[in-house]
Amino acid sequence: MSSIAKPSVRHPSARKNAIGLTKADYEGAMSTLCAGCGHDSVTASLIQAFWELDLPPHKAAKMSGIGCSSKTTAYFMRQSHGFNSVHGRMPSVTTGANAANRDLTYIGISGDGDSLNIGLGQMVHAIRRNVNMLYVIENNGVYGLTKGQFSATADVGSKSKRGEVHEQAPIDPVLLALTLGATFVARSFSGDKAQLVPILKAGLAHRGFALIDVISPCVSFNDHEGSTKSYAYVRGHGVETVATDFVPLRRSITVPAQHDEVTVVQMHDGHRVRLHATAPGYDPADREAAYGYVRSCIGREELATGLLFVDAAGRDMHDLNRTVPSPLAQLPFSSLCPGSAALDAMMARYR
Amino acid sequence: MPPTNVLDPRYYHKVVDCQWACPAHTNVPLYLRLIAQGRYADSYLLNRESNIFPGILGRTCDRPCEPACRRGRVDEKPVAICRLKRVAADLRGDISDRLPRAPDLKNGKRVALVGAGPSSLTVANDLLPLGYDVTIYDKHAKAGGLMRYSIPAFRLPEPVLDEECGYITGMGATMKYETPVTSMRTLLAEGYDAVFVGSGAPKGKELDIPGRNDAPTIHLGIDWLAAVQHRHITAIEPRVLIIGVGNTAMDCCRTARRLGARDATVLARRARKDFKASPWELEDAEEEGVRIVENHAPKRFIVEQGTLTGMEFDQLQWTEDANGRQRSTVTGTVVIPCDAVILAIGQENAVPWIESDLGIAFDARHMPVVDSMTHESTRPGVFFGGDAAWGPANIIWAVAHGHQAAISIHLHCAGRSLTMRPAAGMTLTSAKLGMQAWSYSNDYNPSPRATMQHQELVKRFSDVSVEVELGFTPDQAAREVERCLNCDIQTAFTDSLCIECDACIDICPTSCLTMTAACDTEAELRDHLSAPTLHPEQALFVSGPLPQTKRLMVKDEDVCLHCGLCAERCPTAAWDMQRFDLKLVYAGGFVAAAEAR
Ligand SMILES: Cc1cc2nc3c(=O)[nH]c(=O)nc-3n(C[C@H](O)[C@H](O)[C@H](O)COP(=O)(O)OP(=O)(O)OC[C@H]3O[C@@H](n4cnc5c(N)ncnc54)[C@H](O)[C@@H]3O)c2cc1C
Ligand SMILES: Cc1ncc(C[n+]2csc(CCOP(=O)(O)OP(=O)(O)O)c2C)c(N)n1
Ligand code: SF4
Ligand code: SF4
Ligand code: SF4
Ligand SMILES: [Mg+2]
Repeated sequence: MSSIAKPSVRHPSARKNAIGLTKADYEGAMSTLCAGCGHDSVTASLIQAFWELDLPPHKAAKMSGIGCSSKTTAYFMRQSHGFNSVHGRMPSVTTGANAANRDLTYIGISGDGDSLNIGLGQMVHAIRRNVNMLYVIENNGVYGLTKGQFSATADVGSKSKRGEVHEQAPIDPVLLALTLGATFVARSFSGDKAQLVPILKAGLAHRGFALIDVISPCVSFNDHEGSTKSYAYVRGHGVETVATDFVPLRRSITVPAQHDEVTVVQMHDGHRVRLHATAPGYDPADREAAYGYVRSCIGREELATGLLFVDAAGRDMHDLNRTVPSPLAQLPFSSLCPGSAALDAMMARYR
Repeated sequence: MPPTNVLDPRYYHKVVDCQWACPAHTNVPLYLRLIAQGRYADSYLLNRESNIFPGILGRTCDRPCEPACRRGRVDEKPVAICRLKRVAADLRGDISDRLPRAPDLKNGKRVALVGAGPSSLTVANDLLPLGYDVTIYDKHAKAGGLMRYSIPAFRLPEPVLDEECGYITGMGATMKYETPVTSMRTLLAEGYDAVFVGSGAPKGKELDIPGRNDAPTIHLGIDWLAAVQHRHITAIEPRVLIIGVGNTAMDCCRTARRLGARDATVLARRARKDFKASPWELEDAEEEGVRIVENHAPKRFIVEQGTLTGMEFDQLQWTEDANGRQRSTVTGTVVIPCDAVILAIGQENAVPWIESDLGIAFDARHMPVVDSMTHESTRPGVFFGGDAAWGPANIIWAVAHGHQAAISIHLHCAGRSLTMRPAAGMTLTSAKLGMQAWSYSNDYNPSPRATMQHQELVKRFSDVSVEVELGFTPDQAAREVERCLNCDIQTAFTDSLCIECDACIDICPTSCLTMTAACDTEAELRDHLSAPTLHPEQALFVSGPLPQTKRLMVKDEDVCLHCGLCAERCPTAAWDMQRFDLKLVYAGGFVAAAEAR
């Protein structure tokens, strides 16, 4: 909470983007999260990414479930569509929304509890279907909103604020997504905007399900000694595996690749992403290798970060289901609802 | 880059732009908050500590604070600092029992002050409470100097002047009115422990062109204004030209309009953008029907049979040469008919009464040689201040000089070194009252700057002493004080507490904050800021290495709103909002903090 709303004035140098909006136009209500919450930093990175991508707010839908993380959709793009669903059901609601209107940019914001505990069954199917959406898990290892119970991402051996040691095996959303065939899998840290913002932009440009697991410390219940999701722990154990550079449509890649490991990925909408593997021999297009690498990091108590796997050619839900190319709302009524004669004809086929 | 030394009071002082720019370093934001709380008397007395004449300066100050005000960088127009001072003065009620007093027991030291202008009155104000026997000489019958004899009553009403000068003279100074000092030698022979020369720059500059002495209706501006003030002059001819476009010219043309001038025209050599008069004075003059003409240089007076009929001017065109120097070329001449002329092209120092063999040195321009810190002349025990020291300035500079000279006189009389002056100190007090609760109103008020209500023109011209500005209404004052950004409530940072969560950086509305790797130079650091540097003269705060990553927290002070959101969003109170109070030194040590605080 803050005592006042954010003052309306901005730095005099504040610029407008290509669609005439300032960064302030991408802001939302004042955050009611705890001071210092990682989720607020993710919000700031999202605002930066939307502004840089010239995203029209009225063409976006903010989707979330329940949790501190899920509250954050209120804190950005106040002029967008949005749906705040039942706990864990955001992936399914987004799947439905996307089926009906494929023209919107879907921004799903969830928590480790929302996605990997109560909502696990929902999320895995959205991945399988390759629903075209940005899916951000603000991962703090606890249920922040309900005061800090361990969530499904809590590591074995990590300690709760009151000293209790966690013993159940965690679910790693990155490994899970890789096994389920996700076409865009990344991990980052709320405290590293230089890494996070280009990944968010790449995820928004990706057609298909773009999963970004963002370690986002809970400053009130999981930022102590013994936590593996604290600011200090992540800073000490994070290793950037792949450095990401988002290359907008109108900018050419001028810097020659100095490294053999530089891969340029052409996104569906014409943007490009330049990936530079800092781990020797790492190939962000090789799913098996990515899986193995991330696992080996876990063994070394390291956290692999960066855009770890991308397949820009993957087919999304609409491709797979051969749906009509336009949003349902734009179809003429006669094709959306062809009438009882058409229904009778179809039923006749099954008789 | 070494970490910023915030223990040096100058760092936070500079953040309070208005207080830094004020020659007397008035604590503006605190006095504005006292007005906001309706504590007008407290606000008045706080003002008086540093600037002595809140009622006078609240109407007439040159207000160097306002162009410096941070609000001007955030939102174009500064806070109306000066006219809010007047609000405190107008509404203060009876404060007589809270003014300084002279003790019954004197300290045995006698000091003479030449001139009863603001500089001398400030010296007297500071020395009388310490038990000095102070004698003030002035050639006029009343105290105030140019504040009384030049500044017209329609800008500064006589009762305001009488009251504030009276607070000082009433402390028991021996006033020798109508007593011009004609010889420094004689004055020194009277055995004073120190002499302060605050005699101003009393001589109007002459214009030596043909015809100057051929007609009786050609006046020297400051002499003419003084004659009006004495009511020796009560009327002027219908067509008047005023030569010069400084503050004196503005007072002359507006006074002329009140004494019957139908056409009052101000003629300037320069183009409008280079005028010396303050923009608000030009506006006020034009509102009163004064015509202001640029690019005209006087050539000669046209006098026919002892009567002035006009003046001839060269018309100029200004161009800038390669070095940025302005050069004029004459494009033609023109005769402007008129009946009277007032010369307002500047003032000069004149101290013919200081003999040359007293060890008081003068430079090639006939200006006394005065030490800029101690105000001492080349003769120990003789001090200069106000316009007499370095030429014409303004009231608030005269006051600032008076305070410094009083310190020197006090040290001199104690036989101590004048250069071993105590430095200003500071206190820092957390403004935190509780969770997200502060002892100041931290919300940003987007109101535009208040505009001053003026007396209607007909009433203004009915008498030369009708005050033009009516002051702010209570509503206006209440809104205007909220425009102040409270720059004295400082963002104080403790490196060791920061967990580098970015919360402060994310919330800051004006992108003041950055965390970045250490750099060698400030220029390099400025390349890495969240928002580009717009005013390199504004300081950067640089922390020590932060605990987790050894990066630095950097704050560009330029457009900080002092909204406190960084401190509210900080989980560890690494940022705190702390009230900075500059402890200025006056003669006799620290002035006790106003009871107000
Ligand atoms: C027309 C005009 C308008 C101005 N308007 C403003 C304004 O709006 N705001 C502002 O801040 N400033 C203004 N000023 C400037 C301001 O008045 C002066 O800078 C200020 O008064 C200087 O103070 P001082 O103490 O140095 O001396 P002064 O105010 O000049 O006082 C000197 C005194 O010494 C006396 N004196 C001189 N010689 C002797 C002697 N030999 N013996 C005895 N007495 C002597 C004089 O009679 C006078 O009373 C204005 C000036 C003029 C001319
Ligand atoms: C159906 C249902 N079950 C349980 C809850 C209680 N509940 C609210 S938030 C939450 C956990 C949220 O955890 P996470 O998604 O990690 O979000 P965080 O607050 O940590 O960001 C739970 C269990 C609920 N609101 N609804
Ligand atoms: S905003 Fe207030 S404190 Fe800051 S410079 Fe202006 S008047 Fe002074
Ligand atoms: S007080 Fe803090 S948040 Fe507010 S403008 Fe200044 S640095 Fe930014
Ligand atoms: S909010 Fe506090 S802890 Fe977080 S980065 Fe800023 S100063 Fe450091
Ligand atoms: Mg959580």
